[in-house]
Amino acid sequence: MNQPREGFLGQDAALELSVNGGTVRVASPPATRLADVLRDELGLTGTKIGCNAGDCGACTVLLDGRQVCSCLTAVAQAAGRNVTTVEGLAADGRLSDLQASFQKHGAAQCGICTPGMLMAAADLLARTAAPDEAEVKDALGGVLCRCTGYQKIIEAVLDVASGPRPDLPPAAGAAVGARAAKVDGIARVTGEERFGADDIPDDALWLRVIRSPHHHASFRLGDLDAVVKRTPGLERILTAKDVPSNGFGIYPHIKDQPVLADGEARFRGEAVLALVGKREAIETFDEATLPIEYVPLPPVMGLDAAMAPGAPLVLPDRPGNLLQDGGVRKGDAAAAFASCAAVAEGRFETAFVEHAYIEPEAGWARRVGKGRNARLEIHVTTQTPYMDRDEMAVVMKLKPTQVHIVPTACGGGFGGKLDMSVHPLVGLAAWLTGKTVACVYTRPESMASTTKRHPARVHAKFGCDASGRLLACEVDAEFDTGAYASWGPTVATRVPIHATGPYMVPNVRTRGRGFFTHCHPAGAFRGFGVPQGAIAHEAVMDELADKLGIDRLEFRLRNALKAGDATATGQVLEHSAGLGECLERLRPHWQRAQEEIAAFNAGSANLRRGVGIGCMWYGIGNTSLSNPSTMRIGVSKSGVVTLYSGALDIGQGSNTILTQIAADAAGLPMSTIRLVTGDTDLTADAGKTSASRQTFVSGKATELAALDLRKKLFAAANAPEGEYLDYRYKLAIEGNGKAAQIVIRRDGITHRVPLKKDILGEGYFDPPTSPADADGQGVPYASYAFAAQIAEVEVDLELGTTRVLRIVAAHDVGRAINPIQVEGQIQGGTVQGLGLALMEEYLPGRTENLHDYLIPTIGDVPHMECILVEDPEPLGPYGAKGVGEPGLIPTAPAILGAIENATGVRMRQVPVLPHRLRAALGAPA
Amino acid sequence: MSEYLRPTQFEEALRLLARGPYAILAGGTDHYASRVGKPLTEPILDVTAIRGLREIAERADHWRIGAAATWTDLLEASLPPQFDGLRLAAREIGGVQIQNSGTLAGNICNASPAADGVPALLALDAGVELSRTGHVRVVPLAQFILGPRKTQRCSDELVSAILVPKSEFEARSHFVKLGARKYLVISIAMASAVIEHSAGVVFKARVAVGACSPVAVRLAALEDALRGRPMNARLPELVHAEHLAPLLPIDDVRASAGYRTGAALTLVKRAIAGACA
Ligand SMILES: Cc1cc2nc3c(=O)[nH]c(=O)nc-3n(C[C@H](O)[C@H](O)[C@H](O)COP(=O)(O)OP(=O)(O)OC[C@H]3O[C@@H](n4cnc5c(N)ncnc54)[C@H](O)[C@@H]3O)c2cc1C
Ligand code: FES
Ligand code: FES
Repeated sequence: MNQPREGFLGQDAALELSVNGGTVRVASPPATRLADVLRDELGLTGTKIGCNAGDCGACTVLLDGRQVCSCLTAVAQAAGRNVTTVEGLAADGRLSDLQASFQKHGAAQCGICTPGMLMAAADLLARTAAPDEAEVKDALGGVLCRCTGYQKIIEAVLDVASGPRPDLPPAAGAAVGARAAKVDGIARVTGEERFGADDIPDDALWLRVIRSPHHHASFRLGDLDAVVKRTPGLERILTAKDVPSNGFGIYPHIKDQPVLADGEARFRGEAVLALVGKREAIETFDEATLPIEYVPLPPVMGLDAAMAPGAPLVLPDRPGNLLQDGGVRKGDAAAAFASCAAVAEGRFETAFVEHAYIEPEAGWARRVGKGRNARLEIHVTTQTPYMDRDEMAVVMKLKPTQVHIVPTACGGGFGGKLDMSVHPLVGLAAWLTGKTVACVYTRPESMASTTKRHPARVHAKFGCDASGRLLACEVDAEFDTGAYASWGPTVATRVPIHATGPYMVPNVRTRGRGFFTHCHPAGAFRGFGVPQGAIAHEAVMDELADKLGIDRLEFRLRNALKAGDATATGQVLEHSAGLGECLERLRPHWQRAQEEIAAFNAGSANLRRGVGIGCMWYGIGNTSLSNPSTMRIGVSKSGVVTLYSGALDIGQGSNTILTQIAADAAGLPMSTIRLVTGDTDLTADAGKTSASRQTFVSGKATELAALDLRKKLFAAANAPEGEYLDYRYKLAIEGNGKAAQIVIRRDGITHRVPLKKDILGEGYFDPPTSPADADGQGVPYASYAFAAQIAEVEVDLELGTTRVLRIVAAHDVGRAINPIQVEGQIQGGTVQGLGLALMEEYLPGRTENLHDYLIPTIGDVPHMECILVEDPEPLGPYGAKGVGEPGLIPTAPAILGAIENATGVRMRQVPVLPHRLRAALGAPA
Repeated sequence: MSEYLRPTQFEEALRLLARGPYAILAGGTDHYASRVGKPLTEPILDVTAIRGLREIAERADHWRIGAAATWTDLLEASLPPQFDGLRLAAREIGGVQIQNSGTLAGNICNASPAADGVPALLALDAGVELSRTGHVRVVPLAQFILGPRKTQRCSDELVSAILVPKSEFEARSHFVKLGARKYLVISIAMASAVIEHSAGVVFKARVAVGACSPVAVRLAALEDALRGRPMNARLPELVHAEHLAPLLPIDDVRASAGYRTGAALTLVKRAIAGACA
């Protein structure tokens, strides 16, 4: 280790450190966080900041070869020492073995945690060349990943010793179904990928949001101009009055959330003012000196308060605090219950759940052009550029074409980046000041102000005949939607449709209602309420099976929806309903688990093991609404093939999957296809990255676009009409620049024509649905995903702690276009489901950071085995449907069933924190 | 720009500190974590460059853990089994990043009720060495921490070391932490036990519990009950609910008070069992 400097360091001594082998002098003050110096002064933005509190590990670097959090290290403490960042891993432009292994194994999804993971792993591997799994977990335990479920990361680190190389990209015609590495993966393992906070122009002004400290308060503002005048570097303070149309929201007819609160704050963390100015000026500004006079008002917190007769109204135009009341009715449930041999029911409760993507919201905006040609350009981390564009147009009273959204890489979304966050604030500030304005949320403000999963209370009652066939179902679900609607209506309609579970039930009455409270809005989160509903229906399935003495898996198999069955909405499933096969494939695991567990429990007193099973179904895409995608793929005159995709890859892999589809449909190798994604000036609207729809909807549009291109290229080459569908004709684009040619070969005969102009193929797909009638009958979705998972757990009876030992997940995905990505989605979703079941509970004002709000770490995840069932969906590209959300849905039910199996106690409230389970188990023996 | 001092000489550090007040900075894992989104303006005295302060050394009748010694330093030092409990605690501090930067001294000075180092050091009967120019005093750890975030340290004093007396007889120890997840977790409760034994009999036992009272506490009645008993697998059976009377657990986001009491009983038994194993 280098010797510390002689004497002591005063404020004017410049610091010298070695970064990635080169010496640098640093001008930042000595107490500055090393992370900030690396990013802001040295431009090494590969090091990420997810929390500034040591909780996420995204900022991990090596200091003299040891992993440390650079957000907790004063730059002065790195003086005279060696700092290694992710940018220092690849030597001479060649990926290190570790980076190559991450790329090969699909260990990076969104990539925001990847630099931290790589540095922690590099530290380990420098000390232990061939570590075991426990050592890998210990070494990486300080870095959180919200996307992958960690398993592929562990596999990647364990595989380094074998000197991995990413496989070559698949050949033309062999892309679909291949375990192809991510087409945009390299930038994620080198640290070059640019996320929301990584590309902020140096001359940008910064924006800081002042937020309500009260759940509910009215407020008056004093003389803000005087504050601006007396504060050097502060240029402007934005208030509600500055917003041209101060309301935004997901639904065209519900724009209820103000950009800046107007005299009344309806949740703790709601934006009240925005300070715009020089970064240092606004960051050091003392918020307590602002003339804001709050009068705290009694808040409506929780469903009981919101539903109480005479409850104060959160929004004046919402009587009874009711957002929406939806439901489905089929047959006569009440009458059918009378003839049931067995009936079971229960009431289940879930909490607010935070998305906890590792990248906090960030972005910047500028005004481009003058007068009538002026446009607003916003660079932002998002899941939905086109909806952002349209929402910004509403707020700013501009035409949508005057707004240009340039998505940055997105460091995790899971539904949380479907709502606007920094966008209207930086957009408004840039528009009004004419300058570039940036904003990066801190972790606490990200958690306090953005959407959550809806807390739910679900009452479910099911009945079946003596042979175990379900006859009737009644479900009432209530959701806390917070202060504004956001995606609340989606949840309230989606849940009643899915409330039967993936089972054939002839008589159904279900209802979903959303209520307003003085909490942050609840919005979209992987599954839109369906995970909450699944906890209820799966618990009741277990109870019915037990009552009749039927095995829990067999009971589900008996009732599983299959092709030809009608759903609760009367939709007859024509194909691709593979739950039965999922269950069949799980059966051997189910039997093995039961035997192993019985053997273990026979010899154990305090530790008890159990196994549980959960099933789910999930309609792909928007509910009963059109949700089209348009995709384009072109060949430029100079021979470059480009896929123009408005579908955003937020880590789930759609860039790769769409490229695979485009390649095989066009008959070109994947490696020749470049990508342009997301930019609303360069692509067409492909809808949101949500509802598991990008592979199915945008994938189909991509297939059609690529076929259109192939057809046009065949026509340009004068190939016989119709032959473009014959893949024995091999297509290639050869040569480049002026010499670029279309080449078509078959049986030794070659057509060659020069490319005279750009040729563009376009595809459009809108999955066929029909609106619901008054009883909720109709075709809400064109396709459904199905899955079943089993979970094995171990409960410590004395402490009430639960460890998940293993998950086996069988998913009907239609067709796995890329099995690595599909497994990654399942594993990542499953671990979020584990968090929902066992540890995640967001309490407004009390858990606004990643040490009081707990998500699973690498040490909490079980071994996960994925079984991919491929019951093809004829509407989807190559038979594929969606997989983004299904991974999460069956996990919590399976874990809860396993806890019951282990202990005899059915937990009806999640998360099952140790003290809750301990209390439910009763006084210790 | 505010002052940032990084002395390399111990005496120099004490002289500067007298000019104070300064916020003392060691590993920074508590310091920076508690300043998210806040300006870093206060004057700082950084102790991590002071020569010799990171040393873990054996003295005639005690072990001396320098104030800048990190959790990783502790794990890599060669120490007798008396320290096994403290080392288990070290392994459970945050993740490796936190262990590489965070210091034992910072852990006790930060005086969090949930500090994992505190019960482990209480069970080692540790003392805290406080230095100011020309004066050194040693205070038992139990007296050093006054309450959450409050210690006996005066603003011109530096914690210079943690002193751990050598045990009279062979000592074994253990530490158990209970959290709602594996890594990076604030303890719901934790317990540590150090048992000195001779000829198969407990000569002296020290047992401490954390996160169940404003400051971690030793369980004197239990310690008395263990003394003179055979050191074997049945020792944990001597633990009774009354022994936990000194605990004052509260409800918080992590757990309920009632749960903590029950869990503490289990953890104490397991800590003793671990020390006997
Ligand atoms: C993500 C994360 C996880 C954590 N996990 C745990 C955990 O599991 N268990 C646990 O117990 N703690 C945990 N901590 C807390 C923290 O890491 C420990 O308390 C650590 O030991 C503090 O040491 P430090 O050197 O970093 O302290 P610093 O942050 O440098 O200082 C902490 C306090 O002590 C004072 N101080 C430091 N040294 C001296 C000195 N020589 N003389 C006088 N005053 C001094 C400082 O002024 C400051 O008030 C965690 C922290 C983070 C960020
Ligand atoms: S940013 Fe440093 S740990 Fe999260
Ligand atoms: S890949 Fe780990 S957080 Fe996204």
